[in-house]
Amino acid sequence: MNVLNEWAFIGVFAVMAPVFPALPIVIAWLFRPRKPNVLKSSTYECGVETIGDTWVQFRVQYYIYGLIFLVFDVEMVFLFPWAVAYNEMSLFGFVAGFLFIFLLTDALFYAWKKNALDWK
Amino acid sequence: MDELCTGLCQILVESGADAGLAQFLSLLVGVLLVSGIPLVTVIVLIWVERKVAARIQDRIGPNRVGPVGLLQTIADMIKLLSKEDITPTAADRVLYNAAPLVSFASVVLIWAVIPFTPFHFGVDLEIGALFFVAIASFGTLAIMVAGWASNNKYALLGAFRVVSLLVSYEVPLVFALLVPVLLAGSMSLLDIVHAQTGMWFVVLSPLAFVIFYVSSQAETGRAPFDLIEAESELVAGFNIEYSGMKFGMFFAAEFLHVFTNGILMALLFFGGWMGPLYYESPLIAFAWLGAKGGLIYFTTLWLRNTVPRLRIDQIMAFNWKFLVPLSIANLIFISLALKVMQELGASPRNLAEAGFVELLPTTVVLLVINGAMTIYLLGLLRKRGQEARRESMAARVPLAQAAAD
Repeated sequence: MNVLNEWAFIGVFAVMAPVFPALPIVIAWLFRPRKPNVLKSSTYECGVETIGDTWVQFRVQYYIYGLIFLVFDVEMVFLFPWAVAYNEMSLFGFVAGFLFIFLLTDALFYAWKKNALDWK
Repeated sequence: MDELCTGLCQILVESGADAGLAQFLSLLVGVLLVSGIPLVTVIVLIWVERKVAARIQDRIGPNRVGPVGLLQTIADMIKLLSKEDITPTAADRVLYNAAPLVSFASVVLIWAVIPFTPFHFGVDLEIGALFFVAIASFGTLAIMVAGWASNNKYALLGAFRVVSLLVSYEVPLVFALLVPVLLAGSMSLLDIVHAQTGMWFVVLSPLAFVIFYVSSQAETGRAPFDLIEAESELVAGFNIEYSGMKFGMFFAAEFLHVFTNGILMALLFFGGWMGPLYYESPLIAFAWLGAKGGLIYFTTLWLRNTVPRLRIDQIMAFNWKFLVPLSIANLIFISLALKVMQELGASPRNLAEAGFVELLPTTVVLLVINGAMTIYLLGLLRKRGQEARRESMAARVPLAQAAAD
């Protein structure tokens, strides 16, 4: 199978994939009762009416985790080619990849020492 | 799937169809065949999940509808179909309706690259492993969108936790995934399985498997990592405002995701379809893959129903201060040892062509390294646990005295 055809398969699959869960939802839409009222479609809350705005800002701690994740995620994408080429790699390429991992570890320990990993 | 599509395409063209249309139609048939497997499996999975959970909790579980309750899922589906679908007025309608679709679709889409036997697979992408990581993070996104779009306090708390928990555990997951990729020298799942002809990767690197197992348990949001839908504190978490079939889709997606991870672990670490007589017939190969994946799936159910939920600070500390450094150390030690052995000529460079005997020195060295790391880690964990206990005991002594007074 040539490369384009492989991705054509993935493309058709990606278009079809949301159809599978959509199908039962649409079928349910045909059968289900429709009796909405104001109370029924109000926001769920434990015994009282919901107070204040829900769409508030996330706590900054979540952003810090998000940022650390981003650093690791991007760097890991660079590690995948290194891992694929590993078996045929010269010693130089291997050491270069190693340095890269050490820099990554360094960043983790920096975040650790700065208490960015503590849940506050 | 390749031959099937090409064959079907030829037949269609010969019977007078347009070439482009014929190609599209044959691809569509291929897609339906591949996705049929997870779609049928999920119906059985829901029954398995309930039955196993019931047995572990000393109950019988569904046993009324059909033989041993096998038709229970069908009955539940019919019930869900007739349920009213309530959309809260405050919700963001577009995102609210899109989230269950994305959640389920992201799991089904993983099956596009899963090889069922050496010859039966959707596609053998050269970047199969990376494709899995990319598609799986769509599921995370769907849960977050569901929590945010519901415009509900509990759902939003669930979404908050998704951001930290699921996103964090993806780091050790991908680091553990790098080990099979590195050993096989390819990201294609087919190549990774072929590279395990001589020795399963779970033997070469048990630690990578354990890391992958733990973080995939967290990725699917199950106990002890089920903070995103913690029933007792968040009522149901991100899916609190969902009802009817949309709610059902979230659940089907979760059950299917767990099983998909089981199959993936079987492919990455347990030699996929390899087992006695697998080359005799594709059916035997498929049965081996199903048996291995099913066994791993069963252990995740077991874990889910046995251990209690952890606190969020414990979970985050466990990930960032233990699993992530461990997964990096594991990658460093394995790659270093393997390179040294390759340079000395003691280890083959192409695992797919290496037999059991040729791999023996490599296996022994890697196992010794993994064993040493495990012993060191267990000691470290014990010490840390003792410290934590001592601290919490020290904090309790004044309280106990005050109570005694």
